Amino acid sequence: MTPQSTNSIGLTGSPEPAVVLPQPGSSGIRRRICDTTGLPICLDAQLFIRINAVLAIVCLLIGGIGAILLALTRWQTIHLLRVDWFYRILTLHGLNMLIFWILFIEVAILYFVSTSLLKVQLFSRKVAWVSVIMMFVGAVMVNVTILVGKADVTMTSYLPLLAHPAFYLGIILVAVGTLIAVYNYFATIYVAKRDKTYEGSVPLVVFGATAAAIIAVVTLLHGAVVMVPTFLHSLGWIAQPDPMWYRLIWWGLGHQSQQVNVCAMVSVWYFLGTMTTGARPINEAVCRSAFVLYILFINLASAHHLLVDPGVGSTWKIWNTSYAMYLAVLASMIHGFTVPASVEVSMRAKGYTKGLFAWLTNAPWKNPGFSGFFLSLLIFGFIGGITGVTLGTQQINIIAHNTMRIPGHFHATVVGGTTLAFMGLIYYVVPLIFRRDYIFKPLARIQPYLFATGIMMLSLGMSFAGSMGVSRRSWDIDGAGSIYGPAAHLMLGVAGIGGILAFLGLLTFVLLTVGTVLFGRSNVGRKMDDWGTPKPLVAKVAAASEHQSTRGTMVLAIIFLISFAVYYFANWKALADVWPVR
Amino acid sequence: MSIHSPAADWFKAPHGHEKVWIGLALVWCLIMSLMMPYWHFRGQQNSAGEAYAVTPEDFAARVDRFVEANTVQEGINPIVEPPPGGHAYLLARQYMWYPVLKLRAGETYTLHLSSADVQHGFSLQPINMNFQVMPGYDHVLTLKPKTKGVFPIVCNEFCGVGHHMMVGQVIVE
Ligand code: HEM
Ligand SMILES: [Cu+2]
Repeated sequence: MTPQSTNSIGLTGSPEPAVVLPQPGSSGIRRRICDTTGLPICLDAQLFIRINAVLAIVCLLIGGIGAILLALTRWQTIHLLRVDWFYRILTLHGLNMLIFWILFIEVAILYFVSTSLLKVQLFSRKVAWVSVIMMFVGAVMVNVTILVGKADVTMTSYLPLLAHPAFYLGIILVAVGTLIAVYNYFATIYVAKRDKTYEGSVPLVVFGATAAAIIAVVTLLHGAVVMVPTFLHSLGWIAQPDPMWYRLIWWGLGHQSQQVNVCAMVSVWYFLGTMTTGARPINEAVCRSAFVLYILFINLASAHHLLVDPGVGSTWKIWNTSYAMYLAVLASMIHGFTVPASVEVSMRAKGYTKGLFAWLTNAPWKNPGFSGFFLSLLIFGFIGGITGVTLGTQQINIIAHNTMRIPGHFHATVVGGTTLAFMGLIYYVVPLIFRRDYIFKPLARIQPYLFATGIMMLSLGMSFAGSMGVSRRSWDIDGAGSIYGPAAHLMLGVAGIGGILAFLGLLTFVLLTVGTVLFGRSNVGRKMDDWGTPKPLVAKVAAASEHQSTRGTMVLAIIFLISFAVYYFANWKALADVWPVR
Repeated sequence: MSIHSPAADWFKAPHGHEKVWIGLALVWCLIMSLMMPYWHFRGQQNSAGEAYAVTPEDFAARVDRFVEANTVQEGINPIVEPPPGGHAYLLARQYMWYPVLKLRAGETYTLHLSSADVQHGFSLQPINMNFQVMPGYDHVLTLKPKTKGVFPIVCNEFCGVGHHMMVGQVIVE
């Protein structure tokens, strides 16, 4: 196998000197030069990216085993688990997926983007050790407590339901461990700035990751505020905190952490857009402002989960649910445009100018980094985004709260969106950081499609079942008489089949990645195998305007806006049909 | 390039399609944020979150008085008919809704919801109207049934192993 000459983004272009650049302030520099990109790689960062990524994949697998059990139980015809195990596995799945998988991989991402893109050493090994050990111990405590049946309270653990103290302590350890990792990230960025390892402004991907890290701090502090008293209460040391207060603060953690995921995911979109098609942001100012909107307008988003709650009034609900004119939604709609638009411009510049969509049809769909990120963008936008804003509309929530529409929504955001984008990223990070090329590449090329198809079916099946009233977190919908018709049962079946496909997609991903880390062909001393990037069509001549156009993206965006409006107003119509209530 | 620092003059106003899209998105966000205040004043379905502090014991006592005064059919779960336009009480507890309410279509009722133990979810089927039920809070809804029939109340907030069996009833005549 001959090493790839230069990939489309020209990362290998300039022969990087193999000498280690002196870095003021740091003695014993541990770094190597990346064989693919020529960038210096900090060996400390490499170690902790590896550890965090491995732990992330383990949690993904645990959560995935939970996922298939749940999907096959909610599929009423199969109804696999016993009642107590259903809620136990539900708790296990929610925490391993939404908290552990996501946090471990995000810490790895923070270490990766800060050290590799800013060409700087990780601030501190010690801090990284403390962080990962706390997170690991916390995650083990939580999982053991759940599995021995001492925490059948679901992920949200709403008071007055009470779990064993080890459960809350574990969560606190994970949260504080993550905070410490975020501190390490900020310190690393600070060192890079102090030592001028980059010029001017940080790269966009680092900017986005920093936005995610800032929101993460606010989020994790909410977590501490709610979990510490609850932990003390579970020990019997203090009286029970008010359950409504608990909901308010818990969702300050729960909802904002989703904004962390969105921010991290969007940064990954930009990263993979560049890696797979050479895309560059059309307008940096627009992209960066959109990240700033996330930081500014996400506070108090816990309102989304309290829209039909007692004790919080209409004004508070309306104001906080639209976070001052939906400016965070605006930010997502901007990224949803600029990411594909930058791909379009890049592809047109390579000569794929025909018609509206030649840039898209000729995109590297066989590259799992590209398919992973682009499918993530489509699922996140068209399913996750549209349903999320609609369900989070104050009054519409009356016909959606706690129904299957809710998991239908977030499996499109944090699974079809965030998780799939992170999978795409890992197809690049493993060869770069573990220095091994993927095994069974053809299987890796279809994996994103398998996972995406499964998640779309899961999500739509759940959403439609929810529209027919089927409630989330319920072991059995037929035990107390037949309340739901055949259509609802059919939709749970669709979700079940989608769940099987998604599980197979997830398992394929885990096996491929673990297999690669253990047995993949080493790429030390050569460039990593190219997943396939579009080659420029040299012979093609087109007018300059053809190269710059973003017509295709504009058409996609208009289709998106129309779908959004139709779904949104259809829901107002559905709401108008129910009984008057105030 | 999103992985490299941008050129020094990166701060530019958007133009072309990007500018058009930002404008469209902004207008759409504006429409969506106006819909909620609009519906608050003009729409028939709102969730105002009206609530009063109440201890579980006090609430249970109020429910008992309500049941005693208005029962139309005895039973483990009695059927209780509040006066048209009057107050109706519904107590959630692991794992039942107490009592069964009998309402008249077209009349407006003040419905009090609270829990004797953990959190529960009031989910009226198949109409699919959902409200949170909290211990310590008397959640007050002004409700006007407009369809006749027997409507199950499903619990849709996880409340323990018997959660799926927690189904109550509203009868509308
Ligand atoms: C193979 C892929 C997956 C399948 C088949 C799956 C399936 C399910 C099912 C059937 C439920 C139960 C819904 C209910 O009864 O209320 C559920 C809940 C949930 N899932 Fe997944 N899931 C998958 C992946 C994920 C991932 C990757 C995440 C997060 C990153 C996630 C986050 C959650 C959360 C937070 C809940 C709610 C738990 C709760 O209600 O306490 N899932 N999932
Ligand atoms: Cu209940």
